[in-house]
Amino acid sequence: MTAALHLAYWQTTTIKVLVVMGVIPLGALVLAYVFLLKMMSHMQSRLGPMEAGPHGVLQLLADAGKFLQKEDVFPERADRAVFALAPVVVLMSAFLLYVVIPAGPRLTVSNLDTGVFFALAVSSLSVLGVLMAGWSSANKYSLIGALRAAGQLIAYELPLVLGVVGVVIQAGTMSLQGIVQAQAHGALLGFKTLGEPYILPQALGFVLFIVGAQAELTQTPFDMPLAETELVAGYMVEYTGFRFLFFFMAEFGTAFAFAAIGATLFLGGWYVPGVHGTAADVLGPFVLGAKIMLVSFFIFWFRFTYPRFREDQLQAVAWKYLIPLALVNILVTGLLKVVV
Amino acid sequence: MAELPGLIKGLGVTLRTMLRPAVTVQYPHEKETPPTRSRGVIALKEENCTVCMLCARSCPDWCIYIEGHKDKAPPRREGGKPRTIQLLDRFDIDYGLCMYCGICVEVCPFDALFWSPEYEYSEVSIAELLHDKERLGDWMKTVPEPLALEAGAEVKKGAKN
Repeated sequence: MTAALHLAYWQTTTIKVLVVMGVIPLGALVLAYVFLLKMMSHMQSRLGPMEAGPHGVLQLLADAGKFLQKEDVFPERADRAVFALAPVVVLMSAFLLYVVIPAGPRLTVSNLDTGVFFALAVSSLSVLGVLMAGWSSANKYSLIGALRAAGQLIAYELPLVLGVVGVVIQAGTMSLQGIVQAQAHGALLGFKTLGEPYILPQALGFVLFIVGAQAELTQTPFDMPLAETELVAGYMVEYTGFRFLFFFMAEFGTAFAFAAIGATLFLGGWYVPGVHGTAADVLGPFVLGAKIMLVSFFIFWFRFTYPRFREDQLQAVAWKYLIPLALVNILVTGLLKVVV
Repeated sequence: MAELPGLIKGLGVTLRTMLRPAVTVQYPHEKETPPTRSRGVIALKEENCTVCMLCARSCPDWCIYIEGHKDKAPPRREGGKPRTIQLLDRFDIDYGLCMYCGICVEVCPFDALFWSPEYEYSEVSIAELLHDKERLGDWMKTVPEPLALEAGAEVKKGAKN
């Protein structure tokens, strides 16, 4: 974009900020509507919202309007400043994830050399927001939910990161743009035309990534921090109105971002065989969008199928199975990289 | 890892359910026909009622209000005594209280109460749920014909069919 149009720095920056700020609510809306409202309903043999717009497409806008009208309630003994800041921190974590996701050869907010590292580091920022929310609410359910979230997110950060390391080793770069290029120019078993989407050689890494992402998003079967049957809504108990809306938007915005990272790392991102140059810039966002929907489908399919883990089962899955598997994956990938 | 086949089976179940049409009926737009003998609303056939009060007394919720008076009717035979009959002044059922047990319908010895499958009579005000005898009489139009007797069943004396 910058090379072709010669825009000033402030102009490109403004455009980037506006695009990212548009992408979060849009992505959250699309995911929440397509998967939360519609796919889940049909998986439970019902229709979901049908009245607001055709097939209920406007339902979420109606809900958002409702949330905005609500009173902004602070619990009496809450730590007001921290309480008010927590949803912003969580949303900011989702916001920052979009910085490194490339949507085309030149369509990227910032092509960091350590893109993967940045994305994973920033995604764990939301734990901080969750802990802030749980602590400042002055509510025991909130606090238990927040501590569970902290324990869970730390446990599942490891398989997530270690699962991604395999991709990084194979691509030889941590830049997301570089990983897309590596997949585009790779040759799977000497077959060059289709590139090499890493979901095939790194299938185990993909599974680890999906499971880890599921836990990072605190979605069922890893939703102990929310556990509505025991903790009501965990760290979100005391939040109402637009602050709750922030959490909701961050949840689906982060899901969208994680799906985008998954699509970039394992499905070739914006790359589609046979499209290069400016055409890839135009087509890239749509290709990436389609791949995001595919990854999201898997994430939400698991979410709507499985019941919640017990706390000890949750930790056992991470430490006993996922992390050893991830280490084996790294070892094998490293060996093959050196040998082949 | 022994749980893995079950986990995959679960994914199959949700996927298959998703691809099947939903069972939901979009109520105000499309309606299901209630099954025969549904307990929708109770209808009153006023000319059969003798104000015997059995229904009101058997009602567990005390939701039936009956008032009546005695009156003289012309004798059946020439030169006989005038008969004493009971006339209905008030017959109300409070559907705000009714629990649709149907005891009143069963207990009525003169076939004055019937079940109708009609169920759309919700009101904005709870007082409107008290149906008077005119309204209960109107429900008679919605009462279905009784089901045909089984082959070989004993036909009651004086029955029309």
